[in-house]
Order: sequence, then C-alpha cells, then structure tokens
Amino acid sequence: MTKYAHALRIGGVALLALGLFGASCKKKIDPSEATPAGSGAAVDDNKKESIQNIGSDTMVNLAQAWAEEYSKVAPNVSVEVSGGGSGVGIAALINGTASVANASRRLEPEETEKAKKQSGKEPKEFMVGYDGLAIYVNKQNPIEEISLEDLAEIYREGGKFNKWSDLGVKGIPGAKSDEIIRISRQNNSGTYQYFREAVVGKKNDYKAGSLDMNGSKEVVELVAKTAGAIGYSGLGYATPDVKIVKVAKKKGEPAIVPSIATVLDKTYPISRPLFMYTPGEPDRAVHKYLEWIMSDAGQKIVEKTGYVPLSKK
Amino acid sequence: MFTTTPLIRKKQRNELIAKCVFGGMALAMIVPLIVIVTYLVVRAAPLLSWEFLTTNPSGGMRHGGIWSALLGTVYLVTVSLLIAAPVGVLAAVYLNEYARESLFTRIINLAVVNLAGVPSIVHALFGLGAFVLFAGIGRSILAASLTLAIMTLPVIVASTKEALAAVPVSFREACWNVGATRWQTIRGIVLPNSISGILTGVILQVSRTAGETAPIMFTGAVFFKKIEEGDPFAYSIWDQCMALSMHLFTITTQVTEAPKALPYATAVVLLGAVLSVNASAIALRSYLRSRKKW
Amino acid sequence: MKQEVATLGSAARSRTSEAPAQIAARRRRVEAVSERVLEWLIRLCGVSAILFVFGIFFFVFREGVGLLFGDFSLRKFLFSTEWYPTSHSNVRYGVLALLAGTASVTVTAMLIAVPFGLGAAIFVSEFCGKRTKESLKVVIELLAAIPSVVWGFIGISVMNPLIQDVFHVPVGLNVLNGALLLALMSVPIMVSIGEDALKAVPDSFREAATALGATRWQVVYKVLVPAAKNGLLAAVLLGVGRAVGETMAVLMATGHAVNIPHSVFDPVRTLTATIAAELGEASVGSPHYQVLFLVGILLFSITFVVNLSADLIVKGVRKG
Repeated sequence: MTKYAHALRIGGVALLALGLFGASCKKKIDPSEATPAGSGAAVDDNKKESIQNIGSDTMVNLAQAWAEEYSKVAPNVSVEVSGGGSGVGIAALINGTASVANASRRLEPEETEKAKKQSGKEPKEFMVGYDGLAIYVNKQNPIEEISLEDLAEIYREGGKFNKWSDLGVKGIPGAKSDEIIRISRQNNSGTYQYFREAVVGKKNDYKAGSLDMNGSKEVVELVAKTAGAIGYSGLGYATPDVKIVKVAKKKGEPAIVPSIATVLDKTYPISRPLFMYTPGEPDRAVHKYLEWIMSDAGQKIVEKTGYVPLSKK
Repeated sequence: MFTTTPLIRKKQRNELIAKCVFGGMALAMIVPLIVIVTYLVVRAAPLLSWEFLTTNPSGGMRHGGIWSALLGTVYLVTVSLLIAAPVGVLAAVYLNEYARESLFTRIINLAVVNLAGVPSIVHALFGLGAFVLFAGIGRSILAASLTLAIMTLPVIVASTKEALAAVPVSFREACWNVGATRWQTIRGIVLPNSISGILTGVILQVSRTAGETAPIMFTGAVFFKKIEEGDPFAYSIWDQCMALSMHLFTITTQVTEAPKALPYATAVVLLGAVLSVNASAIALRSYLRSRKKW
Repeated sequence: MKQEVATLGSAARSRTSEAPAQIAARRRRVEAVSERVLEWLIRLCGVSAILFVFGIFFFVFREGVGLLFGDFSLRKFLFSTEWYPTSHSNVRYGVLALLAGTASVTVTAMLIAVPFGLGAAIFVSEFCGKRTKESLKVVIELLAAIPSVVWGFIGISVMNPLIQDVFHVPVGLNVLNGALLLALMSVPIMVSIGEDALKAVPDSFREAATALGATRWQVVYKVLVPAAKNGLLAAVLLGVGRAVGETMAVLMATGHAVNIPHSVFDPVRTLTATIAAELGEASVGSPHYQVLFLVGILLFSITFVVNLSADLIVKGVRKG
C-alpha cells in the first residue's frame, strides 16, 4: 500500500471519529419515537402496547404491583417498570425515554421549563396516592418520639446534634458508640429531596457523612442491623425489625404515629403526595392506565403495599 | 547421602516454612471462595428448583421465579457476543496480520489496552449518550447489547491478538513460500491453529457480560416486565428486558419482605451460569491444547 | 502454485474444449474479488473497532471538558470535600472526599491483596506440582469470573454482619468491607500475571542458583523476585487498575457516605459509585451531568496512568 493510500486511510478514520465526536450532540428525541406504542391513533384495543414507567424508588414496588395487576386487566398492554429515583424518572421524561415518570416529589419549575423546551409540551401531573415518611430507629433504641426541629439538628449541615446523649437518650444496648449514625438517601431520590424540603430546610444542605443508600428498603434494613442508627424512608417499607418513632411538628406538641388515617387528615407532619407525570397529554393507552390507577382497583393496591390511597371524595 | 549438618537442617526447615507460608497464601484465596459459595448455596437451597428457573416473578417479585430475568440475560449475552466476537476477531486479524508496525498501530494498541481498563460506569455513560439518545435506538436490548459489546471488544481483540501471535511466523512463511495469499494463509493455517485461544477469549467474556449491571441499568434493563413463561422468543430486540444481574441488585436494594432465600437463589443462579460457562471454556481450552500438533 | 495451475490449464486447453479454461479463469476472478472483499471487510472491522475505542475517549471528554472553560474552579473541584450537586442554595462540586474514598478502598485492598496474590503466584510457579498447579489455576480463574454485583451482594449480606461482630464496630458497610471484596476480585489478575512474570525468568537462573546450593526458598527471594520484579510490579498495577474502576461492588458495600475516612471502619463513597448513583438523575447537558463526566475523565486519567505504566513495564519484561 502506498504512502498516499495509507494517509487516506488515516484521514478517513479521523473523519469518521470526528463525525462521531461532533455528532454526539444531543438529538431531540420525539417521545412518540422512543416509545413505539406511545404515538396516538391506537384505535385497536387488542394491539400490543408498551408503557415505559420510570422513576421513584419509593414508588417502584407500588408501580410494579400495579403493572402486575394491570397485566391481568389489559393483557395486551405491557407496563415496563424501572426505578432509579424520582430524579431519574424526571430526567427520562425530559429526554423523552419515558411515557410515565413516577415522582415522590413535585416537578421543579426549572424541570418543567426544560421539558417544555425539549418536547414542546408541558408535562401533565397526576396525583396517585400519598406516602408517609416514617422515621426509623433500631429496635433497641429507647427513644419514642422526636420533633421536626430535633430531626433538623441531626441531619442539617451545621446542625448541633451528633450524639444520642444530645437528645437525652442514655445508652442504647448493643450500640458500640454514642454517635448518631445517620442513614439517608442518594441525591437522585425524591425522598431525599422531600426530606430536605420538609425537615432540613430547602435553603440548607445535609450534613456530610451520612450513609446514603440506594433504595428505600436498604435504609430500613441497615437501621435494623445498626443499633445507633436513624433513618427516614417510606411508610410502606416498614418491617417488624425496626421501630417507628412518633413525630411532633413542634417541640411540645403531641407526637403522631404515621398511619393511613394520620396522613390523610394531615396530622402527621411529614407526608407527601405521589405523582405520575406524562409528557403532555397522555395517549389512549397511558390514559386508561392512569385512570385505572386512580380508580378503586388501583387504590386498593396502594393500600395493600403500605401506602396511603387517595381519600375517597 | 551426606549427613545433615545443622546448616542443611536449617535450610530445609526454612524451605518447609516458606512452602507452607506461600501455600497458605494460595489457600487463603481458595478457602474464602469455597466458604462463600457454600454459604450462598445453602441459603439459596429452599428456593432452587426447575420451576424457579421457568416461572416469572409474581406477588411483587417476592414469589415465583426468575424466568424473565434469565431469558433477558441470555438475550443480552447472545446479541452482544454476536456483535463483538466477529468484529473483535477480525479487528485483531487486521492488527496482527495486515497492518504494518507504525505509530498508528502502536497508538491503536495503547488505546485498546486502556479501553480494557475503563470502569464499566463509563461504558454506561457512553452507551446512554451514543446508542440510547444519539442513535435514537431508545432503551432496548439492542442498545444494552451494543454497550456490552463495546465493553468486551477490547478484551476480545487483545486475547485474539495473543492467540494469533502465538502461531509461529514460520508457519506463515511456509504458506507464503508456496504462493498463498494473505487471506488464504490466515484462513488455512493461522486461524485453525489459534482457534483455541480465540474461542476461550470469547467464551470468557460471556461471564463478564452476564455479570455486568452498570452498563445495562441505563440502556435497557428494567425493574419489572411481564413476558410469556417458557417462551424462548418472548423478547424482541427493541424491547427492554429484565436481567439476572439487575434483578439481584434490585431485589437486594428495593424489594421489601422478600423471602430471605430469594436474593441468594438469584445470586446462585447467576453464579452457577457464569461459572459453568467459564468451566466449559477451560475444559475446551485444555482439550484443544492437547490436540495441538506443535 | 497458481502460476503452475495456469500453465497446466493452458497446456490442457489446447487438447480439450474451451470450457475448463473458462471455468478456471472465472474461478480465479471470483477468488480474486472475494479476496479483496474479505480484505476490505477485515479492514472495516479493524477500523470500526478503533473507532469505538476513540469514540469513548472523545465522547467522555467532550461531555465533561466544557465545564472547565466556564467559571469553574478546578482547584475547588479537586480539593474541596463538599459534594452537594443538587443543593438548592449552594451548589458545590468538591471531589476530595470521593477521591479519598477511592484511594482508601484501593490502598487497603492492595495491602491485603498484594502479599496474598504475589505469595500465591510464587507458590503456583515454584512450589507446587503439576496437578496441583492446574487445579489451583482453574480455581483462581473461577474466582475471577464472579460478577461484581454478586460480590456486592456478598458484601451486604455476608461481610456486613461479619465485620460488625468480629470487630465490634457500629457499621459494617465501610472501607474494610469494600477492600476485602476488591482484594478478592483483583487477586486472580495478580496471580496470573505474576505467574507469567516468574515463568519468564529463564530456567538457567534457577539452575545456577540450585547448583550453588540454594534451597527453593532462597532461589525465590534472592534470584527470582529481583529478576521478575518488573513483571510483578506490573501485576500489582493491573490489580490496582481493576480496583479503581470497580463500580457495583463498592456501590453496594462501602456505605456510600461522603466523608474522609479516619479508619478502615468508616463508610466512604468512591468516584465510580458516585457516577453510578447520580448519572440517571442528571438531565442531559446540565452542570451536574457535566460534572459527572468530569469525574469520569478524572477516573479515566487515573486508570490510564496505571494501565500505561503496567503496560510499559510488561513490555520491558517481554523483551528482556
């Protein structure tokens, strides 16, 4: 091969590589492209459809229970569930890779803007249930109740409580030290965001050094195994191996146990609505699915999995 | 034999100590492996059965089996190897047989070696940006397999090159001397003689592909998806899928109140599949080596 | 060979009909064309493999490097321990704690893995019989085949309570847990490459030493290790590269806490785990997304340097 051909080859490779380089510009994905069955005009009820459901870890077990039950109601519709955190679901909504995003927190205004910019449509919000955020401690821990201010002092950056004795808890049997071991979630989690908003303070940040778990279940499991731990997670993840602490809105006010009743009548101070978002108006298949979720059949599953159903009108 | 002097006895004793110490170190790796695998199998035993492999997860993934995840992993491994193996082998053939030694090829070699060391999460980044978003494939088995293929490509290229380089140059020279073209040489002599190394290199990537979670998490693996039980063609290449590695991760971190044996059983199935493929690769390699005529 | 066939053909041609010659000529043409096609196919594969190799480098650099040209303080990025990418009031991108996490887990893992890995390599290469050698090598290869998510699961379910009980510490998801897993994962690489390095030392060295009256142990530490030290070093470096780049196992087993560890019993977060945990959430093109790619570039550079040194050292061993 001559030098000329050799140079041509190198040039060709470089050109192709450059093409790949330059072409890694983000391509606007039309949501109807990414979800092949997502485009409208699906008049045939028996056509095989698939719904991409991505988002909140708090809701992932609920979403999976819905998907499993719905496959018996509408066998031609396949609901594919992924977790990753509310942030992942919303990012997928913006990127156009999800038909429905689950979120355990409301969409931020910047995210709505971004979604509008990428797809031209405004995301539509559907409230599908409630979740009480429970405070878990180890079964050996004698503490019974805690106020929101104390919780803030434990978790907030600059907060003053670092040891259990600061809270007046003398000696947890089985704990190797007096230190409060904070268990939290990673920052893609809606639970993390909500807890920051409701307890730590939106303008504040978490104290560094907390163990940030991947999923709601891991928080509860770790608390169960660690005597000096405290953690927050959805009420639906409670197991018999941990203790739920009663929460008072302000010091001196009565502390409330989280339950379906106290979440619905808003006496339990840290509870939040659960949302599902669609990019713009949902198409027929997705609309029917959301309707089913908000109906009695879907809400019964909400209750069965430990969440709080929408109050009956 | 000479009588053993104190010096000789001391040397022999040191020798024995050294042998024991090093043997102990080697043992220290094997023992944890055996203990861990046994512990996993014992904890998984209540759930392992044929039904476990062929039924779908049910009851919020707490009951039933792992059929959809198992099938998904099979699809991912097959498709990614179907892409990576031919491209990788041919690329190695190109690098070893056709390309002349130059700065260009040295850079390529360097790049290939380094790519083999890239953390799997960077592959996930690339797969998400290039295949899911830019190429518009969307989250699917195809995108995930392409990502996995890119991950295993450099290792296949490197191991194939090793296998090709092991064939003595004299073989090739003999072919050229009777007038064969380069391709005829490769097809007739080089490839058949290096096939054992190539095959084992490819097969060893099966276990790596089956076990990786990060690259498929963002490109095509889902938490839950319902498919027909017992139907080996239940997935299409444009679908998303469940996968054993992803399933183990989600059951460990997200599914509450699962029977204690469930994550162990999933781990054991994954481990068993991976280890048996590797074991057959090793057996294949010894068989082919024993048949080598040189 | 082809020329002879051609002359034979032409000799036969004059005696028989035209057909065989035409067939032979056609076959030659087809062969020539298919040969060229095959060659181009092979070149295409080679080029596309190379393309993807460079593609990843370009892609990762492109996504992350943009941040460096804005009002982004590289010093703060590298030297601050405050990692708050999703803060509403005070966004901070300091990776020092993450670097410390990666470093502490890797260093601890190497402290465990190097003696055992090299010791096992020496044992396999010098001290054991052929049968034991084969079976040991098989076991070590099987150890290498265990997927990282299974290791992570072992870390959570087996090592966590074990560490809590044996060492009486409050939390079992920490540096030690991750380090033990990484050690078990990188030992097979060290053993196989270390064994290669020891095998590469010419037998004449061993024979000379034994002829002078050395025992096997003396041969090892006086002759072989110094002779093979380049290869052994390369083996260690490759193990380090594996440990630094590991994602799933450390994601599940190190406790994922952003702080600089004061002991091996503190939970930490590594660079790889941070990317894995936060990538899905960052919307494409946002500063958080770019910072994660910057972290990816950082990771890339570390593994590049490590792999490059290992590669150069090994090349030295092969030649000499």
